[in-house]
Amino acid sequence: MKPIAKKPLPRRFQQARWDEPVIFELSQPGQRGVLLPPVEAGIQQEVGNPAQALPAILRRKVPPTLPEMSQIHVLRHYARLSQENLGMDLNIDIGQGTCTMKYSPKINDQLARSPKLTELHPLQDPATVQGILEVMHRLEGMLKEISGMERITLQPGAGSAAIYANVCMIRAFHVGRSEDKQRDEVITTIFSHPSNAAAAKVAGYKVITLYPDADGYPDLQALKAAVSERTAALLITNPEDTGIFNPRIEEFVRLVHAAGGLCSYDQANANGILGITRAREAGFDLCHFNLHKTFSTPHGCGGPAAGACGVNAALVPFLPIPTVEFDGRKYYLDYNRPQSVGKTRPFYGVTPNMLKAYAWIMSLGADGLREVAEIAVLNNNYLMKKVLEIRGAGVPFAKGKRRIEQVRYSWEQLTRETGIRSEEIETRVADFGMHYWTSHHPFVVPEPMTLEPTESYSKADLEEYAAMLKQISDEAYTNPEIIKTAPHNSTVHQILHEPFDNPDEWAVTWRAYLRKTGRKKG
Amino acid sequence: MAGKKPLVYPYIPNSAPIAKAEMLQAVGAKSVDDFYADIPASLRLKGKLNLPEPLLSEAELIRHVDGLLNKNKSTRETLSFLGAGCYQHQVPAVCDEINSRGEFLTAYAGDPYEDHGRFQALFEYESLMAELLNMDVVNVPNYDGFQATATALRMAVRITGRTKILISANIGVDKLSKVREYLKPDIAIEQIPFDLKTGLLDLSALKAKLHAEIAAVYFENPTYLGLLETQGRQISTAAHAAGALSVVSAEPLSLGVIAPPVDYGADIVCGDIQSLGMHMHYGGGHAGYIASPDDPKFVMEFPSRLFGIAPTIVEGEYGFGDVAYERTSFARREQGKEWVGTAAALWGITAGVYLALMGPQGMVEIGEGIMKKCRYAMKKIAAIPGLKVIFADTPHFTEFVVSFDGAGKTAAAVNQALLERDIFGGKDLSAEFPVLGQSILFCVSEVHTQADLDCLTDSLKEALQ
Repeated sequence: MKPIAKKPLPRRFQQARWDEPVIFELSQPGQRGVLLPPVEAGIQQEVGNPAQALPAILRRKVPPTLPEMSQIHVLRHYARLSQENLGMDLNIDIGQGTCTMKYSPKINDQLARSPKLTELHPLQDPATVQGILEVMHRLEGMLKEISGMERITLQPGAGSAAIYANVCMIRAFHVGRSEDKQRDEVITTIFSHPSNAAAAKVAGYKVITLYPDADGYPDLQALKAAVSERTAALLITNPEDTGIFNPRIEEFVRLVHAAGGLCSYDQANANGILGITRAREAGFDLCHFNLHKTFSTPHGCGGPAAGACGVNAALVPFLPIPTVEFDGRKYYLDYNRPQSVGKTRPFYGVTPNMLKAYAWIMSLGADGLREVAEIAVLNNNYLMKKVLEIRGAGVPFAKGKRRIEQVRYSWEQLTRETGIRSEEIETRVADFGMHYWTSHHPFVVPEPMTLEPTESYSKADLEEYAAMLKQISDEAYTNPEIIKTAPHNSTVHQILHEPFDNPDEWAVTWRAYLRKTGRKKG
Repeated sequence: MAGKKPLVYPYIPNSAPIAKAEMLQAVGAKSVDDFYADIPASLRLKGKLNLPEPLLSEAELIRHVDGLLNKNKSTRETLSFLGAGCYQHQVPAVCDEINSRGEFLTAYAGDPYEDHGRFQALFEYESLMAELLNMDVVNVPNYDGFQATATALRMAVRITGRTKILISANIGVDKLSKVREYLKPDIAIEQIPFDLKTGLLDLSALKAKLHAEIAAVYFENPTYLGLLETQGRQISTAAHAAGALSVVSAEPLSLGVIAPPVDYGADIVCGDIQSLGMHMHYGGGHAGYIASPDDPKFVMEFPSRLFGIAPTIVEGEYGFGDVAYERTSFARREQGKEWVGTAAALWGITAGVYLALMGPQGMVEIGEGIMKKCRYAMKKIAAIPGLKVIFADTPHFTEFVVSFDGAGKTAAAVNQALLERDIFGGKDLSAEFPVLGQSILFCVSEVHTQADLDCLTDSLKEALQ
């Protein structure tokens, strides 16, 4: 036979299209997905049916209208839906900048599935959970070293929850000094995650947002103008979402400290600086990591995640309860912390993710973490070179400078020349089996695109992603219609968005959809 | 380093020297250090991080982690009667199968075109919960039941424009701690005592404290102490009469047999979905839900994502997307409602799988079965001389409180004696609810057999000798 043609770049992709009904449409009267353990006759005789004896107000009159399905049909339905989803395992997932999409090692998932973890109740006697307490204590020790901070809490459920926990500790610190009434402002930057601004607002602070100067750095003059005796804290990311490291960060910290404020470091973008630079050396009072970003735990379609807050000695009294302690013989939970901000969430945090992050750090060590950072940065700068070869793509700010772990690009030129917007590119990317993200709002960078090629991607992966962007750029200049009518190879075609913002039409649930459209059940 | 082969990491493709060298050359860098030129020397870490020596192979890692985890003793190896916010239930294998699939497990923030499956599965989760709750709007999960309560109350404050909250004093201290911190500094909380005979909210105390500044009355069903609040209608009516909202935290697993709170007047319903197919994970398996009527007055106050259904340009296709996205902090930073971020979506998908597997019949059977087993354990324990089931005449769901005062034992001593018999007793309430004396909150679920419950009873008898 003659040789079969080599695979083209970008690949010819077709997303699964199972045409799967909504689960209620799969209901078959009388079918069962699982059976329950019996209630023995001895119990029945003794107590009858207490549910029937409930006061009428408490009794459910009609069973919930859930679908009735056999087990295989539930499994098949969700297995099909899963195939209509990409995930890091399947795609070159560098399109979600700021989110550090990296490989989540399967061995770590496997370890976290041990019944020795999954079947632990959080209120068991500490003598029966020494293993998991030791994992938590060791992980705290590692993150202390990686950040340089005095203590770490692993309790927050994700990055934004960690930001909020830090804001609570900042507030408690100022309360302790009777300066909480005076210090009612929090300063952040527009290229820090929106949750820095939003969490501070929930905690009662007036939010001041700094914009970049001409070079893309957070504006130092604006900071000088903003800092005052009203400053409670600076919440800042570095490198910011542009991928630019702020070289004057020590000065930022000094200015805020001089005014009596605290400095909290959002380390969502830590992947490129592991083992290179730390919160401590820059003088920060608090910081936080996302274990689901930098430390590899899977993102789970948007959680469960895990946040870890680091604090310096002055903030230690305010840590959430409990802390995990070791007395030389045994591990225990310490609730006796009178100045604590209290609970951030039930119990101790997202324990399976702690174990996965612990295993990840253990499998890399200090040299491995540094390799993570260096390769993430090398990948990013290599990809930037490839992207800048594409017609219509650009990088605002700090011209000619390297970037750390990600880049916020701009398609401004492409839009000007072809009319194609970044959000249209996003939709077209789905046709190639990949993901693409613009940026957080507001779009300070026009027609933004944020790519973060972590250490998990090979040179060939980066080239494939760039080849796809190049093809889309070519299309914009020669055949924009194919972009405007995308997606073509996805599970579904263009969604008609109008109902999502119209209260008369929006439907967050199937029952609301049936009611609003007049469609009959079944 | 001379002569030492560079280590190539399996998780880092470009740690292979050939790729690294090619890429450095392509970007015109001498070494990776060039990329860090912006980081001042004063900030550069001197030397390397002081971390344990790595375990580079899977075999070494498994041996190490197993060594740690083997120091744990799980509820698979013992009998456990612990609840108090985290519950042991059978997790159907299909739940684990679905949430272990890499397509879901490793996905994140894809749009509705490459991640149609995630959107549909979470829309279905919202829809299945909506049937259970008899309400039309349910969020994509937030972090946990504590957060759900805290946010539901902030929603009530925004909806009513008022700034005081009344909370039933039978709430657990941990949840109250979270709620207090989250409602600072602008919202005041006052606790309404519970009746020491019934364990339920003191209605007359509530009515005395209701006035025109109260945004919401909050209570739980079942309560933290395991009781079913029978006065839901009266509480909601009283709240409404004062222009306040009725906010109720409900255990979703109870709703096959217990009336959904909206049926007795709740305006916002919230809670935790750990019971719906999540393992306990030492307290790491939580996710929160919030439900409301389909009224923009409520919907526009949700901070969370709300996934909705819509047509596509092709007839017969279901499309999905974000409803009222402009309310979120993603769209408007501090001008949005609280904040939204990564929370617990995979547990939402899992809870959907659980509810689909259980179906209406399963939810009725599990509710009835738990109540029978719980009642049986209460009856057996109450018959032990010196022991008293507190609030025995109030209906219970899955938990109940036993006082050891009459037996002259501390709760700690009882739990220790049970532990020596290889039983994890209940939650010691003596510090949390001193008013209940030396008492323990026991939890019984469908996983317990009659023999298990008899074993608990016998062990308690022995422990008292």
